[in-house]
Amino acid sequence: MRSVHALAAAALLLLPAYDVASAAEPKQGGILRMYHRDSPGSASIHEGATYSVNIPFMPVFNNLVIFKQDVPQNSVESIVPDLAESWAWSADNKKLTFKLRQGVKWHDGKPFTSADVKCTFDMLMGKSQQKFRQNPRKSWYDQVSDVTVNGDFEASFELKRPQPALLSLLASGYTPVYPCHVSPGDMRTKPVGTGPFKFVEFKANESIKLTKNTDYWKKGLPHLDGIEFTIITNRSTAILGFVSDKFDMTFPTEVSIPLLKEVKTQAPKAVCVVEPINVATNIIVNSSSPPFDNLDIRRALALSLDRKAFIQIMFEGQADIGGTMLPAPGGLWAMPKEMMESIPGYGPDINANRDEARKLMQKAGYGPDKRLAVKVATRNIPIYRDPAVILIDQLKSIYIDGELDVVDTAQWFPKVARKDYTLGLNLTGNAVDDPDQSFYENYSCGSERNYTNYCNREIEKLFDQQSAETDKEKRRKLVWEIDKKLQEDVARPIIFHGRSGTCWHPYVKGVTIMVNSSYNGYRYEDVWMDK
Amino acid sequence: MFAYIVRRLALMLVTLIGISIIIFVLLRVVPGNIVDILFDAAGFVDPTDKANLEKELGLDLPIWQQYLNWIGGLLRGDLGYSYVSEKPALDEILPRIPITARLAALALLFSASIGIPLGVISAVHQGSKLDYTLRLVSLSGLSLPSFWLGLLVLMASVSLFGAMPIYNPNPKTWTEAFAIYAVPAMAVGFRSAALTMRITRSSMLEILRQDYIRTARAKGASESSVNYRHALKNAILPVITVIGIEAAFLIGGLIVTETVFNIPGVARFLVEALRWRDYPIVQNLVMLIAVVVVVANFTVDMLYAAIDPRIRYGD
Repeated sequence: MRSVHALAAAALLLLPAYDVASAAEPKQGGILRMYHRDSPGSASIHEGATYSVNIPFMPVFNNLVIFKQDVPQNSVESIVPDLAESWAWSADNKKLTFKLRQGVKWHDGKPFTSADVKCTFDMLMGKSQQKFRQNPRKSWYDQVSDVTVNGDFEASFELKRPQPALLSLLASGYTPVYPCHVSPGDMRTKPVGTGPFKFVEFKANESIKLTKNTDYWKKGLPHLDGIEFTIITNRSTAILGFVSDKFDMTFPTEVSIPLLKEVKTQAPKAVCVVEPINVATNIIVNSSSPPFDNLDIRRALALSLDRKAFIQIMFEGQADIGGTMLPAPGGLWAMPKEMMESIPGYGPDINANRDEARKLMQKAGYGPDKRLAVKVATRNIPIYRDPAVILIDQLKSIYIDGELDVVDTAQWFPKVARKDYTLGLNLTGNAVDDPDQSFYENYSCGSERNYTNYCNREIEKLFDQQSAETDKEKRRKLVWEIDKKLQEDVARPIIFHGRSGTCWHPYVKGVTIMVNSSYNGYRYEDVWMDK
Repeated sequence: MFAYIVRRLALMLVTLIGISIIIFVLLRVVPGNIVDILFDAAGFVDPTDKANLEKELGLDLPIWQQYLNWIGGLLRGDLGYSYVSEKPALDEILPRIPITARLAALALLFSASIGIPLGVISAVHQGSKLDYTLRLVSLSGLSLPSFWLGLLVLMASVSLFGAMPIYNPNPKTWTEAFAIYAVPAMAVGFRSAALTMRITRSSMLEILRQDYIRTARAKGASESSVNYRHALKNAILPVITVIGIEAAFLIGGLIVTETVFNIPGVARFLVEALRWRDYPIVQNLVMLIAVVVVVANFTVDMLYAAIDPRIRYGD
């Protein structure tokens, strides 16, 4: 674990080196060519739930506020104004007011005003006539009672109770401001924004093209003339395209560790970084029916895990062990190491953990002569299937015989929703490294993304307590306590937090890969090419 | 002959109606629809939103009504809208047809121009080292999967020339234009060429043993006249059949090749549309492919009749 952290720290230390390299005066012009890993279903960020949408379309938009794009770690301290010039909390922390920038124009020439802010968030809260096809982050605004405007250039978020995390949620790449005068349907096919790049064309399965917004309100930006994404679903073809200079950059955080070696062999001058992506590989346990309704069996399951083995096999050691929140140094809310190792199953002595697990299994009536047969359901995608196979192998040591049950993508969540599974292997991505995003979505009673139906009223109170806490240190300690409790309850055992690589040719400058989110760093207005 | 053509045309119509029903039902038997997929990516969202989207797309209607809506639209020339891009299905499909057609035509041309002469040479030199070598090449052609061969070609291009023949709608040079289609066409046509060669060889061997070939030789006809004027003309019938069938089955190889070489043709589009359960695109594309297959079969039968005067099908 120490070496893993050391590697991550080294990766963080390397980043300023790239900044130094790119500290020269940026050159203007050039089209940045990237490949896109798949064809996004739509261009509408608010309706999307994958960074396949954020990466090509975030440059079209602006937020009210945004995580500073050249700071790898997203935090409240790195939030800077975007369409808002400034913001202020009320004395009771229940009102967040934004002063908006004047003179900003949408790409179709219409002026940006506070009405656009109101109608964007009214739509997100489900309050307006116009509806999104899907609204996956509606729960982010549960504490917002209303968005009010004062003239054309001031907008306020009225809250039911203090929620300091709201500012972080507003700074996510998932929270652009939409224009009132363009329908949600048109935003899916021809998005209009205020951002550094204008939308040109989106040909499904083929390409996405953006061009420089010469009228961008940030003078002198962007540096590039445009960005072109070629959609290549075959990963080998895409990587060959990068090494043969067809592309200036790979799709961010999409180069796996084994592929990274290949890239470095074929394109030794390429700049490559490996960063955490804030995606946790976890086990979902159907605790509503036998045998996992028995807490002893759930605990045995947690004790059987050899997390280091997963990381070694899948990432050649380059991934992190943690709880619900992303581990340090990338993550801001991770439990201290000593606290984490006090959780059953996280201790370093795997044999002792498994001895204890076998005792729990025997207590539940299983043993070498009476093994428990279970199906391990997972999606038919390598990043799901591979860890599921390792999990099945590890379960053998505690009298559990697992059988892989691969499920078609279209059937995965309907199956989980029907509770038509015993054990499942799942991936959970977090857009913002903040407990409010993770706890409420994944663990609160009745949440749609709480796949295991975990419901603990005591913890619910702690969720609200940490959410309303304005003292950051107090909040952090509460979060550690909650995270520890979630692991002890075997709510959704976290196996590891993955990392992934991004590469670009040395002439591409000003690229920053975020270390605690895969969703928030794709504005590209600072990127330029030294060629 | 006229009655035969009319009967064949009527059969074609019945076949197409059958295919339309089968593909429509099969698509809906496959678990999950686009709404499941869109909402799957988001985890769970409001079930009301899900129901609204199903209603908006007409997926809440009874299956027979959905079928009639589609067929009715087809008869009016309205192919519906893509669920994913929300553009008219026709606008999505039409620009992709010439790309795949060019690739398929080149692949078939490659297959015929390589397979037929090599098959003849192999047959004429039966039992020689050349024959064994050519047979080995054809065997490897039949054994190598398109995806592997395609990737091999790409990797070789990158390591040898530092460039890769990947699709570009506006090629700048002739070599680039050639590489865009010719290289993938060779990758996809290699299997087909191998098959054509084997069929040509065996067909030629059979013909070369016929009495009239001996008679031709006895009458002093030259070796090339015997091989090409007398034998090949008669040996070509099964070859045409195979090329016709290959034209129909080429779509499988094209799916892989278009994916590996990133060519935005019909075949790759079909796979992507299937992944999204984009019913209007899949239904119309499968119908298009069915029409191509049925017409290819019809054309082969007509060519049979034209080439071999003995075949007159019920005249």
